[in-house]
Amino acid sequence: MDIAQLQAYGYFTLTIGLVLILYGYIYHLYSKKKDVDGVDYESYSNMALKDDIDDTPVASMSEDKAPKSAKK
Amino acid sequence: MENHPLEYDYTVAKMFMLTTIILGIVGMLIGVILAFQLAYPGLNLMLGEGLAEYTNFSRLRPLHTDAVVFGFTLSGIFATWYYIGQRVLKVSMAESKLLMFLGKLHFWLYLVVIVAAVVSLFMGITSSKEYAEFEWPIDILVVVVWVIFGAGMFGLIGIRREKSLYISVWYYIATFLGIAMLYLFNNMAIPTMFGVSDIGESGVGVWYHSVSMYAGTNDALVQWWYGHNAVAFGFTVPIVAMIYYFLPKESGQAIYSYKLSLLSFWALMFLYLWAGGHHLLYSTVPDWLQTMGSIFSVILILPSWGSAINMLLTMKGEWQQVAASPLIKFMVLSSTFYMFSTLEGPIQAIKSVNAIAHFTDWIVGHVHDGTLGWVGFMIMAALYHMAPRLFKREIYSKSLMTAQFWIQTVGVVLYFTSMWIAGITQGMMWRAHDEFGNLAYSFIDTVTVLHPYYVIRSVGGLLYLIGFFMFAYNIYKTMSARKVEESELQNATPMGA
Ligand code: HEM
Ligand code: HEM
Repeated sequence: MDIAQLQAYGYFTLTIGLVLILYGYIYHLYSKKKDVDGVDYESYSNMALKDDIDDTPVASMSEDKAPKSAKK
Repeated sequence: MENHPLEYDYTVAKMFMLTTIILGIVGMLIGVILAFQLAYPGLNLMLGEGLAEYTNFSRLRPLHTDAVVFGFTLSGIFATWYYIGQRVLKVSMAESKLLMFLGKLHFWLYLVVIVAAVVSLFMGITSSKEYAEFEWPIDILVVVVWVIFGAGMFGLIGIRREKSLYISVWYYIATFLGIAMLYLFNNMAIPTMFGVSDIGESGVGVWYHSVSMYAGTNDALVQWWYGHNAVAFGFTVPIVAMIYYFLPKESGQAIYSYKLSLLSFWALMFLYLWAGGHHLLYSTVPDWLQTMGSIFSVILILPSWGSAINMLLTMKGEWQQVAASPLIKFMVLSSTFYMFSTLEGPIQAIKSVNAIAHFTDWIVGHVHDGTLGWVGFMIMAALYHMAPRLFKREIYSKSLMTAQFWIQTVGVVLYFTSMWIAGITQGMMWRAHDEFGNLAYSFIDTVTVLHPYYVIRSVGGLLYLIGFFMFAYNIYKTMSARKVEESELQNATPMGA
């Protein structure tokens, strides 16, 4: 097989692969209400709505890293 | 830590806000001059024969495009990143000396690039690739600035408190990665001083000159893969980042569907990179590539409208806010113009339509309903939302903002309607022929016919520029307006009469 043919097969496989991943992701989003961490997708909007430095994060990185001023 | 509570640190956001406004004025002023030059060619000599080298259309055009793209828009992207980034990650730049240093370094080096770019373009030094005119020494500096921007971005993400990344952050990351890849590939060039000519001379040309690594059709392909995605990752992706934060925040409404925002994100990323071929229809690039460009362009409507509709539906049941707040007006009109230009674009990407549209003013119309209506309005809205939070003061004048909104809206409408008529007239006249195939018109016939539309466009552009001055003045006066409490800054931006 020459290089052009390899490129063509590679290209085709890549495109099909990407399409499958994209549609798989769409299916995942529509079939699940919550993501792997158990957080409801829609509650992620609160990351913008409640974004003061001492607001509680939607999902915290870790307890001890809460901002100093938040621990009143 | 000390006694006073931790706060977000907006120092760098403020710096970039300043350049957004100044470079916006510079870029749009040049745009208006260009528009009048096209209507009244005598203006090419507006400062006399002696200075004609610096005031002619060709010299000024790249200054316009680069000032609005890499000056106004990019500054706006940086300013909003240094604002939104901290807030949705719930971490302050004041918490890290390194990030603060990187942020400031980012700003000052960016300023050096801007000065170098403006001076070199005025001198006529250019690599002659659209939106990639800077010569290699500047390109290297651009890369350094970009790496610092990225380091600061990922640094901030690294010390975040919020575990997940808000959708806007996804879009900012995509902006960073997308432009990094595109800029590097398209600007690959060899300085002429390293070259050897056919007859064996070496050290040819001035030290800062270079030639592209690509030639002919390849050059065109790489250039428009870049050019189109400069639109994607400069005029679309980061602007979507902005509206996904500022519209929910200002209106107090959660995004209509967060899931849809994730879905449109991946769909947009997947599709955009393949659509560049629509700039090269009927050119020497392979036919399959042109067809692919057309097809991907048409499908691109889906994720584009996905984001735009998601934004408009965020306002569901809250339309009284659109009537009440000029700031929300800006954002709603902005997403409407986004829908508009992402419908227009795919139509122009259809081969038979492009046969009429290409090389005509219709394209220029498309460019400006996107940039003035979508990009410009959104960046101004973002700055209007940020200013009271940056200065802890209310917006100086709501009525001034409303007046600005209407003046600029009329400006945009005059701009794109005149260019539609001009463009389609041009396209039809160029191809008209008699029964023997002789062209019906010569080029100068179209020029004569187009004159009134060029005048209308100039007036529209002037209105937009006047609105921009009103914006700058309003922000300037905000710095000394009434002080506000933290509690007034939750959602709707406080505004004076
Ligand atoms: C679905 C989305 C879009 C599609 C499919 C699309 C398609 C097109 C097409 C077909 C052209 C004309 C190429 C030619 O014949 O010369 C074009 C030009 C252009 N578009 Fe779009 N467009 C889209 C969205 C946008 C948006 C949102 C903006 C800006 C905010 C934008 C900015 C531009 C610019 C700056 C050019 C001119 C490039 C040049 O020739 O210098 N486009 N677009
Ligand atoms: C005051 C408002 C503005 C006016 C009057 C104006 C005017 C113009 C003119 C006369 C041209 C040259 C068209 C030609 O060669 O036929 C142009 C090109 C361009 N302008 Fe503007 N402009 C304005 C604002 C903006 C803004 C805010 C942006 C981007 C954020 C922008 C982006 C561009 C781009 C990308 C091109 C190149 C289009 C192409 O090659 O097809 N302009 N503008």
